[in-house]
Amino acid sequence: MNIKVMNFVIAAVTVLFSANAFAAAPIKIGALFAVTGPAAFLGEPERNSAKMVVDEINKSGGIKGHKLELVVYDTSGDATKAVQLATKLIKDDKVVAIIGPSTTGETMAVIPVAERSMIPLISCSAGSKITDPVKKWVFKTAQNDSLAVGKIYEYLQKRKLTKVSLLTVSDGFGASGREQLKIQAPRYGITVVSDDTYGPKDTDMTAQLTKIRGSHAQAIICWGTNPGPALVAKNVRQLGIKTPLFMSHGVSSKKFIELAGSAAEGIKLPSGKVIVADMLPASDKQKKSLMAFVKDYQRHYNTEGDHFGGHAWDAVMLIRNAIDNGAVTAAAIRDHIENTRGFAGIGGTFNYSAHDHAGLGKDAFVLVEVKNKDWKIVK
Amino acid sequence: MQFDQILQYTLSGLSTGAIYALIGIGFSIIYNATGIINFAQGEFVMLGGLFTLSCLEFLKLPLWAAIPCAIAASTLVGMLFERLAIRPLRQPTPINLVIITIGGSILIRGLAMLVWGKDTHAVPSFSGDTPIAIGGATILPQHLWIFAITLIIIAVNKVYFYHTISGKAMRACSYNRRAAGLVGIDVRRMVMFSFIISSAMGAVAGIIIAPLTMTAYDVGVMLGLKGFCAAIIGGMSSGLSTVIGGLLLGVLESLGAGLISSGYKDAIAFIILLLILFFRPQGLFGKADSERV
Repeated sequence: MNIKVMNFVIAAVTVLFSANAFAAAPIKIGALFAVTGPAAFLGEPERNSAKMVVDEINKSGGIKGHKLELVVYDTSGDATKAVQLATKLIKDDKVVAIIGPSTTGETMAVIPVAERSMIPLISCSAGSKITDPVKKWVFKTAQNDSLAVGKIYEYLQKRKLTKVSLLTVSDGFGASGREQLKIQAPRYGITVVSDDTYGPKDTDMTAQLTKIRGSHAQAIICWGTNPGPALVAKNVRQLGIKTPLFMSHGVSSKKFIELAGSAAEGIKLPSGKVIVADMLPASDKQKKSLMAFVKDYQRHYNTEGDHFGGHAWDAVMLIRNAIDNGAVTAAAIRDHIENTRGFAGIGGTFNYSAHDHAGLGKDAFVLVEVKNKDWKIVK
Repeated sequence: MQFDQILQYTLSGLSTGAIYALIGIGFSIIYNATGIINFAQGEFVMLGGLFTLSCLEFLKLPLWAAIPCAIAASTLVGMLFERLAIRPLRQPTPINLVIITIGGSILIRGLAMLVWGKDTHAVPSFSGDTPIAIGGATILPQHLWIFAITLIIIAVNKVYFYHTISGKAMRACSYNRRAAGLVGIDVRRMVMFSFIISSAMGAVAGIIIAPLTMTAYDVGVMLGLKGFCAAIIGGMSSGLSTVIGGLLLGVLESLGAGLISSGYKDAIAFIILLLILFFRPQGLFGKADSERV
């Protein structure tokens, strides 16, 4: 009898003490990233960045005494897996918000789960259909493709270049870019004179480019992610094509310059501001966030941070700011994110509202040119 | 202009086709010696390129030394693959062998991903990047290397299979393994040999295209399939017909992408593969009676 009482007392004391020690319980955030598989180039930096920010926040004492706990699952770019893992995050891990997934396909699959369970989802993928139409619980931090397309077309319009040839990769990213390029062209007085695609695993694009060479285009726009565009750049050089070549923000990392080598010189592309962070004027609102992100990433992972990682950084920061303002439940976090104005992150300056859950404007992109194996901002 | 375009399509097609041919011959050498379709053939192409990269970057070897090293390393992997995965098999039924080679290819690809990461890597070209104009079309010096090396390999193959004892022994195995064994040919050694030759050839193919196409842990899949197409068109012969099969495939792909639609580029290869399998399973140039077991 005595022993039983003692046990009870000990148990009660332990519970009391542990409850005291964690007066403010850690807040659990879920994350779904495609760390392996074909979209690993997105998922890996995203996971790294998210972990990095959460670690830093916890090291500096958490947010108002709350530590953050990040639960990351790898979706390997598979939509079915993403849905299962999202359910697991919500049901088993009891997270208050989910960051990710990395690709548009996965995000579209996860949206119904988040909506049904009323958990805010901050996607790191770019597809505009994620937040168009607006869904109550869904936000995104990656820039819409349409903004990148607009940036290129604005430049062409200024130079009075009106005939473009398209060369897009035949996957989700390329298809979405191709659609935007075709929809927006008339708005800038531009005609698409040829429209070709290449496979994500193709090793030679000279056939398509030979056709483009015969089409009298004034600019070639290639929409894809590494390594395809690097091959396109090399093939353009090989065929002696002098038409200016534009790429998408899908290749705005040093890796592209490394792969394309000297063939990258002179290529222009819209890019998030990460890669030119140190060249931005001090007046730029994002400069402080950008420099912090770039330096931290370099220190933690010994490699350059890219804008993909930036999407996850922005997502964690949005949640952090919400918690900082006293939100600890899923619903309160959602409301605070929706009311975020003028948050200068990595992807751009976010202004969310009840009608806009993408939050970014055209200033999220700068047009950069490859010069001497480095980036240069095109004025 | 139109003629220039056709010329460019053809030249581009021939250079990709030469690669398909090299990979295709790798398929048929193993098939003829062992009756196995080695679906891991594409992985040796990948290994060739990536081993070259490691020799260049980590061992700091010059290119002329890195290439033989890379071929040797890939060949070693081929030998290990034969020794550890193919030879221990008690009942080498075709279906078992096919599954083992597919499994082997996934394993090799997975290991390569762990060793070299998921990124694509660039490899320097052998002799510069200054385009060479031929008529209205242009090719790169690397393309000349590809043509030359493909020709040399085909010639060496011919000499080996028709003028050396071990080459003749390997052909004997392909006609009839049991009879070959009865006349004193060590069939197992011939099988090992066939793996050595084809993995070395795959590696060479991987090395000479890496400067043009760049390389990554997963380049072997598509190239392997295209090489397989070339071998099927050529009726699984390890000679000229597979070469012609590869070149034909490359040119048709390139012309199709240029003149019809670039969206159908891969479809063209696989439609050809299906048509050949339906209507001329003995290959485009084979005789209907040349039955191989």
